[in-house]
Amino acid sequence: MAKHETPLLDQLESGPWPSFVSDIKRQAETKPECWDILGVLELSYEERITHWKHGGIVGVFGYGGGVVGRYVDLPKRFPGVEHFHTMRVNQPSSKYYTTKFLRQLSDLWEKHGSGMTNMHGSTGDIILLGCRTEELEPMFWDMTHEMNQDLGGSGSNLRTPANCLGQSRCEWSCYDTEEVCYNLTMHYQDELHRPAFPYKFKFKFSGCPNDCVSAIARSDVAVIGTWRDDIQIDQAAVKEYIAGNYPGNGGAHSGRDWGKFDIQKEVIDLCPTECMWMEDGELKIDNSECTRCMHCINVMPRALRPGKDKGATICVGAKAPILDGAQFATMIVPFMKIEKENDYEELIDFIEKIWDWWMVEGKNRERCGECMQRFGLPEFLRIMGLEPLPQHIKEPRSNPYVFWKEEEVPGGWERDVVEFRKKHAA
Amino acid sequence: MPTIEHNASSFEVDEDGFLLKGDDFNQDWVQYVQSVEGIPELTDEHKKVIDALQEYYKKNGIAPMVRILSKTTGFPLKRIYELFPSGPGKGACKMAGLPKPTGCV
Repeated sequence: MAKHETPLLDQLESGPWPSFVSDIKRQAETKPECWDILGVLELSYEERITHWKHGGIVGVFGYGGGVVGRYVDLPKRFPGVEHFHTMRVNQPSSKYYTTKFLRQLSDLWEKHGSGMTNMHGSTGDIILLGCRTEELEPMFWDMTHEMNQDLGGSGSNLRTPANCLGQSRCEWSCYDTEEVCYNLTMHYQDELHRPAFPYKFKFKFSGCPNDCVSAIARSDVAVIGTWRDDIQIDQAAVKEYIAGNYPGNGGAHSGRDWGKFDIQKEVIDLCPTECMWMEDGELKIDNSECTRCMHCINVMPRALRPGKDKGATICVGAKAPILDGAQFATMIVPFMKIEKENDYEELIDFIEKIWDWWMVEGKNRERCGECMQRFGLPEFLRIMGLEPLPQHIKEPRSNPYVFWKEEEVPGGWERDVVEFRKKHAA
Repeated sequence: MPTIEHNASSFEVDEDGFLLKGDDFNQDWVQYVQSVEGIPELTDEHKKVIDALQEYYKKNGIAPMVRILSKTTGFPLKRIYELFPSGPGKGACKMAGLPKPTGCV
């Protein structure tokens, strides 16, 4: 593999941000095929079009997903990337690693692939970028046998679940996101490795409404931690904030002078439900009106904490625009206890109810959120066996096209026009 | 594109080993795919899956969803993987001479 001239890419080696071009060049010293990555990318910069061919179906025996096949459309010119498949590797919850693990994985990838990675894919997987078809099985063998490490998901299946770092190092996590993520990943290995769904399906687990893994936007089932009792207030710490001894937001805005901390302006007046006030030097919260938006807790982490009766809100159906527009997830279960004691039975039941319905009713390549739209929220709730609540909607419908079930209407739908005509002549 | 020679037939395939022309399909093709897809022995069950795929494709112009394949053959997905280790897409569709599955794989 020869070195290519890369005048355009070379421009991306200057400037302060870590340069991917410099990194690939360094990798190319030991892995010459990396010159061809730069070569084909330079060509794409010149011609402003991709040089990867359409699609690619490769994998490992026993699995229907986990590998994304890719071939360059100029294999003679760039033999090093003739095959350039991507392997998705299931990451540990919240992406904590030991160097031992990373070294082992790197060594295997140097041996079988290009040595290039993406840490991590948007869904969460460790992405191993670029290897030849004949190296897939050996890599998979080594990874599973030497590292006890499996592939992630791709295709019309359950994709690799992901979570925020939860209780490992955050005071606000309302349930053990890592534990749930791991347990459900293990529980659904079959659904993850062998596509059986109408389309892809994703879980994400966030410990609180700050939603550090963007579950509400990027997962079909978003589990977002919350609480249902009172926010815990440490009045002494509130006074420290007011006195200016504790920086607001943990010092997040220290890069600029925003003036002295003003609890009225920065917390009380910004509360979306206006349920906070000061009384005799104490901060008061009307918790029945609190929507648990996290703002006051975010501003005064040393004074305020989530309540003690913790669980999660379950939202369903987020997706990107294709086909019929982007969707955030819709709130379906306002509060569910998420505890290891019952092996997450309630959550698992909920998920499987969705699957039982969507696997039968979902059209080919129809995301769960689109299927929900097509059936309508009332029908979806009925399928899920849930009572409709005011919390299910932001506002009631403004159009009057209301469907009624026949049994809800006295006399039903069977009517005789002759009967009608007895009272109303034509 | 590569050409595969097997027994008395030759087949034009893409990089992934999928048949480029569905009309080329014959028993030699089935035997060839068997040799590369980790299938030790062809059984009536394999044939049932292949026939179901071809019939559906002829009628609808697309490969059936996994669920429909399970329904028409009566084989649960687990069984399909036992028959075709690469699964219904890479294994069965390839053997049936259907075009390569596309989309977000």
